[in-house]
Amino acid sequence: MAKLIEMRATWGETMLELTKTHPNVMVLDGDLGNSTMAQIVAYNAPDFYMNMGIAEQNMMGVAAGMASVGLIPWLSSFACFLANRDLDQLRVTVTQPKLNVKLAGHYSGILTGKTGKTHIDVEDIAILRALPHMTVVAPADSVECRQAILVLTDMPGPAYLRITRDATPVIFGEDYRFAIGPVVPIREGKDLTIFGTGVQTTRALEACDLLASEGISAHLVHVPTLKPIDVNGIVAAARKTGRVLTTEDHNIIGGLGGAVAEVLGQHHPVPMKIHGLQDCYGESGPNDAMLEKYGLTPKHIAAAAKDLLSRTR
Amino acid sequence: MPIDPVMKRDLQAKAVQVRKLILQAVHTAGAGHVGGPLSMVEIAVAMYFKILRIDPKNSQWPDRDRYVLSKGHSCIALYATLALRGFFPVEEVFTYDAMNSRMQGHPDMTKTPGIDMSSGSLGTGASPPLGMALAAKRLGKDFHTWVHLGDGEIQEGQVWEMAFVASQYQVDNLTAIVDYNRVQQFGFPKDGNVRRRVNPLVQVPEKWRAFGWHVIECDGHDFDALIPACEEAKTIKGRPACIVAHTVKGKGVSFMEGDYNWHAKVPSPEELAKALVELDAALPVAAG
Ligand SMILES: Cc1ncc(C[n+]2csc(CCOP(=O)(O)OP(=O)(O)O)c2C)c(N)n1
Ligand SMILES: [Mg+2]
Repeated sequence: MAKLIEMRATWGETMLELTKTHPNVMVLDGDLGNSTMAQIVAYNAPDFYMNMGIAEQNMMGVAAGMASVGLIPWLSSFACFLANRDLDQLRVTVTQPKLNVKLAGHYSGILTGKTGKTHIDVEDIAILRALPHMTVVAPADSVECRQAILVLTDMPGPAYLRITRDATPVIFGEDYRFAIGPVVPIREGKDLTIFGTGVQTTRALEACDLLASEGISAHLVHVPTLKPIDVNGIVAAARKTGRVLTTEDHNIIGGLGGAVAEVLGQHHPVPMKIHGLQDCYGESGPNDAMLEKYGLTPKHIAAAAKDLLSRTR
Repeated sequence: MPIDPVMKRDLQAKAVQVRKLILQAVHTAGAGHVGGPLSMVEIAVAMYFKILRIDPKNSQWPDRDRYVLSKGHSCIALYATLALRGFFPVEEVFTYDAMNSRMQGHPDMTKTPGIDMSSGSLGTGASPPLGMALAAKRLGKDFHTWVHLGDGEIQEGQVWEMAFVASQYQVDNLTAIVDYNRVQQFGFPKDGNVRRRVNPLVQVPEKWRAFGWHVIECDGHDFDALIPACEEAKTIKGRPACIVAHTVKGKGVSFMEGDYNWHAKVPSPEELAKALVELDAALPVAAG
């Protein structure tokens, strides 16, 4: 069994670590420190932490101003608020002037601790990917999350990091190094290519085992960077098998599936299936039941793979 | 003016029932909020058992008064109150946060009878009630609209955008209630202590007054103060009213009161048992 770690805890610990090496880093919190684990910084390095109150639009603008003067603000709130509530402020005062503002979008996807549809964000990738100059990263596990924080902090310009709430399997070794852009091959295979992003990649990995037990060889590729998308890496992985399944804990519109389709449609058209949330909002419920009802389990991914194969073999 | 003592005892008993349901439901769900819900119990009970013109059997009655819980995270208090008032069975409160339940983690008007507006993203619940009040005037309807805001929530600019427009159009069929418990989710250090965190927002009545609202301050846990305040609010003409209700986050359970750590913490079996004993002890004794 793989080790299970909460990405949000890793985020808080890594931010604290950064305060020791990066004097210009600032954590700005939308009054959610005890959910997002920004509290790790608030309690242990209070000079690097400011609660901006329950006022996300102002927080975004404050971050823009700080960045324009040389600080590196990391905004911390739920994905649903960062990607939606302060979108105009993000667009006009952060991405248009290409300011160095980093967004930690916590509680992304459908597993938000039973909070329900207001807090479930399955649109963030689509929205943020559509903003020019934005970098969008969805790590698969806590190792990659920590790596991405370090890399994004040192990268000039706006970036969004998609973080999940509950503990999920660690699939990368400590020697893993994240870079912005390149896709990450996880498992070799020849019957179909599966692209996963975020934590959904770990479920896709389990799906590969299910498929293998039925004699299907899946080629699994992780896409941590949704933008800028790795055109060559995606084409090469699609070429290997000639059919592509994408899977994500996000709406099937505008997310990983959309990004991959944009690439393959223009550069290497192959039969394709997009797996994820079926253009609906979520609800309250325990994690297992949520994954089951909304069709995001490894079993569902395997079924989508078999459906794609049956249509194209 | 104090209210009828028999009615007061009845409302106080209802409040105890609501508090117990809140804690039991959150405990059963293993998730949810407690501090904010406990803070609003008397307000919800006063609304649904005394103030609002509603029909539990006809939750969509077009001429009903509207009540919007803008601080939607506290909805378990509203569900418990609606259940006791007969909108749905009390047992259903225990499906809070369960899969396929009508008792969602944040209010969902497409699912729960008696919910007049979806909410949960703080501040976004402030403006629809203004729209309801304006629509009532436009359509010649005489219902009153209430919007219940958190004191942390009013840090959101949208609340003040609403406040400006409401007074601009002299919307006197709208009343805001601010649940002024001086605690939010994480908050700000009190006296420099990072482990003691509060909502430092001050001059709340003055702020609403400056926006042109008629302000009434009262104890948000005392029906003798709360009910006359609500009745006064409805009589104000020519401008909207705002009741600044002084409340205590986690009210009724000694170890939860005023502590930000209880914003959204699930009580353990021992904590639940202890809390229920405290609440039972608070039950009003009948006179004579
Ligand atoms: C736009 C938005 N930002 C952040 C949150 C997360 N959140 C939920 S409750 C809460 C604190 C609310 O405090 P307050 O309004 O004072 O309510 P109460 O004290 O009555 O619980 C926060 C920050 C949210 N729900 N919506
Ligand atoms: Mg409060």
